[in-house]
Amino acid sequence: MTISSRLIILLTFLVALMASIMPLPLSVDAFRPDWVLVVLLYWCLALPARVNVISAWVMGFILDVLLGSTLGVHAGAMALSVYIIAGNFQKIRNFSIWQQALIVGVLSALYHLIVFWLQRFLTDAVFLPSYLYPVLTTIILWPWAFLLLRKIRRNFRIK
Amino acid sequence: MNPIFKHGPSPQHRLVLVLFCSVALIFFDHKMNSFESARGFLQSMVSPLQYLATAPKQMMNWAAENVVTRRQLIDDNEQYKINELVFHEQALQLDIIKRENERLRALLASPLRGDAKKMVAEILAVDSDPYTHQVVINRGANDGVFEGQAVIDDEGIVGQILHVGTTSSRVLLITDVTHAVPVRISRNGVRLIASGVGVLGALSHNHVPHSTDIRVDDLLVTSGLGGKFPEGYPVAKVTSVLQDESRAFSQIQSEPVAKIDRLRYVLLLWPEQVNGEQSKTTKVSDKKANSK
Repeated sequence: MTISSRLIILLTFLVALMASIMPLPLSVDAFRPDWVLVVLLYWCLALPARVNVISAWVMGFILDVLLGSTLGVHAGAMALSVYIIAGNFQKIRNFSIWQQALIVGVLSALYHLIVFWLQRFLTDAVFLPSYLYPVLTTIILWPWAFLLLRKIRRNFRIK
Repeated sequence: MNPIFKHGPSPQHRLVLVLFCSVALIFFDHKMNSFESARGFLQSMVSPLQYLATAPKQMMNWAAENVVTRRQLIDDNEQYKINELVFHEQALQLDIIKRENERLRALLASPLRGDAKKMVAEILAVDSDPYTHQVVINRGANDGVFEGQAVIDDEGIVGQILHVGTTSSRVLLITDVTHAVPVRISRNGVRLIASGVGVLGALSHNHVPHSTDIRVDDLLVTSGLGGKFPEGYPVAKVTSVLQDESRAFSQIQSEPVAKIDRLRYVLLLWPEQVNGEQSKTTKVSDKKANSK
């Protein structure tokens, strides 16, 4: 693990964080995919020894600060979703891209539901179907993000 | 190098560790509010990221502002000149009324109202989190922003400052589920509480008796109770009054007058200076002038 490969992984996370707080028109905003989750899941599948539950929690914590939610909400949800991948990475690695996309969709739904349950518990938020719209865009995003990140990983020989 | 044998704690142990951290953080942040100062620090840490994330939008705005025709600029300029004339005339009127009001208040021995200090701020980012209604503005502790400060736009109350960083701060909007603002009906002075329901463009009023005189299209203004918001700024307009006798209270919905979903610039208000303080400062400056 050289310093440059570590930097490149960090850079992909930084871009994902920026994409998840970038201002968007209100109509598109509900469909914003879970950039951070997608990047985390890719690195967790590719390099489970480097990116794991702890890094997921740290990214979730930064997301908490950026989004102004109660500290620990996104962190916990992110860590739980990544834990499922970290336990089964050898199986999921061998699936086709579309099968992986479905699994990512399920994980993204789990992530949003955990965040919603915690928010419901803390502030009496009411469930709206629009809270699960990002799941659709995340499923569509996964193949592209997967191909791009694999290209980056092979190009810079990150191991 | 991929190790064949894993090092370090197993995923299960890591998960238990981080979940414990999460629960502790949620408890201390939500129930005990023990991260108020740390929040400001964290806010300053991530503000470069927020500035960076808004860069594309800023660039688009810059381009849109720079790529305009001469004709358009001339038209705009003319419009502004006409507006200025109208507003100037209104300001003259206001000045006279203000002085008259001050005289009347002095006759009634009521405290005078000074001018509040104001500052324009630009919206840096809008939260993508659907559970909280917050925006980030480009003013922080360096500009004297403080927690709980009132934020308005050109139409009415927008919200209040939640966390202060050094160069940016976070505004809690009035439509957030956790926010409520004391208001009164400007027509008859009946006091209500306007609480957010988590939907942009809607506020609800709980515990309003059936006998209350309230109608659709009534303007609700801040009552100044609670001390956070200065008195008299418009907050919302009543959109529906449902007086169902089978329920304990009438159900009242209103709509914020501020354009919460299309904010770009907002105004920060500082509380009005107490007159005693003002006279003190003038005395000090007089003394300085004398000694010179």
